[in-house]
Amino acid sequence: MIELLWSIFDITLVLLLLTLAWTTCSTQDVKRAVTLFIAMGLLLAIVWARLKAPDLALAEAVIGAGISGALLLSAIKDYPATTMVSHRSSLIEGIINSLTLALTILMSWAVWHGLNMSDGIRLSEQVFSQLPVSGVSNPVTAVLLNYRAYDTLLELAVVLTAVLTVLTLNEKRADYESSSPLLQGMTRWLVPLLVVTSGYLLWVGAHAPGGAFQAGAMLAAAMILLQLAYPSRRPEFNNYLLKILLVIGIFTFVLVGLWMMSLNDDFLAFTPAWAGTLILIIETAATVSIATALTLAYLGGRPRGWEGTGREDTNRTSRSITENGGAG
Amino acid sequence: MIDTLAILAIFSGLFFFLSGSIGLLRLPDLFTRLHALAKADNVGLALVALGVIILEPAVINGIKIVIIWLLVMAASAISSHLVARHALRENRKDD
Repeated sequence: MIELLWSIFDITLVLLLLTLAWTTCSTQDVKRAVTLFIAMGLLLAIVWARLKAPDLALAEAVIGAGISGALLLSAIKDYPATTMVSHRSSLIEGIINSLTLALTILMSWAVWHGLNMSDGIRLSEQVFSQLPVSGVSNPVTAVLLNYRAYDTLLELAVVLTAVLTVLTLNEKRADYESSSPLLQGMTRWLVPLLVVTSGYLLWVGAHAPGGAFQAGAMLAAAMILLQLAYPSRRPEFNNYLLKILLVIGIFTFVLVGLWMMSLNDDFLAFTPAWAGTLILIIETAATVSIATALTLAYLGGRPRGWEGTGREDTNRTSRSITENGGAG
Repeated sequence: MIDTLAILAIFSGLFFFLSGSIGLLRLPDLFTRLHALAKADNVGLALVALGVIILEPAVINGIKIVIIWLLVMAASAISSHLVARHALRENRKDD
């Protein structure tokens, strides 16, 4: 009976997910597409939870639905209300469709093959056999920050590159004009809660679902909320500090990697006795950098006074404030 | 007895969700829809949470569920308010 109910639940979930995915792609209204995409992200998080992958569920809910949703919404903010998705020519549409179909068939075959493969090396056994010397007891964190630490370092590099591109292209987007006192009231107690939750996710990553990416995204969510609730309050960003925060994750990662190379002959080959501490240090620095990167990406460009240093910097800042004051 | 109580709470919660969804689909304009949605979500979720707490033996998990309910209620109330506020301003711009 219970199994039957779960099957019904799962089938409904998959059908809903497919429907949402289809409508997200096929709708002509940009705003509707973004809203549907956020809903799809939340549903996908439930699917990951059902597949017993809570780490992925957390990441999907926070990053996939939450932060990506905020990024997309802020990106379409300046569009007129009735912006339509542009039409592609039928030839390009046909090419995209057939490529997608080919990819789907290939991936279905891979999944089918993987499920039916009786013998062979199962990676999960290897992961668990090495877990005691990995420094953490959460297998996902062990994979991300010990066995495949190199991949995670490159992921951080991808995030940094993306944000640097955003910073190169644009000035920060214009703020909303005003915000509701109720939102400000909620922000006042929600932001401390988000900061604590972020710290918890960072810490708990060693032995349970959590980790730097989820924690960083949650911290960025707190920053975005502050930005939304207090658009007129312009904090004097210390841009020098901001730049340090942006790169400290990769910097620490590479530094630890090089240090371990001098001891163990391999880049990022952790000494088992220190692995737990080193992973925590890397994750803390990575959390800060990810949060900074995502917040800057949400702002959509350089904050005031980003270029230049020292005295010139403060001059630029004060000048842009006068300009903003004059315009507002 | 306890189980019956829990099931009763969960199903009455689901009834509120259902009526909220029907309201969202059937009511004529944005404000009445918001009204239906926010009210139904708060009471519905409260009843479902109550049912789950009754079924859940660990006290700490019960506390977590209560916190989730409070957070969702705050988020739902604030977001309804923000949507309504935005709609009101847009209306005023049109006039």
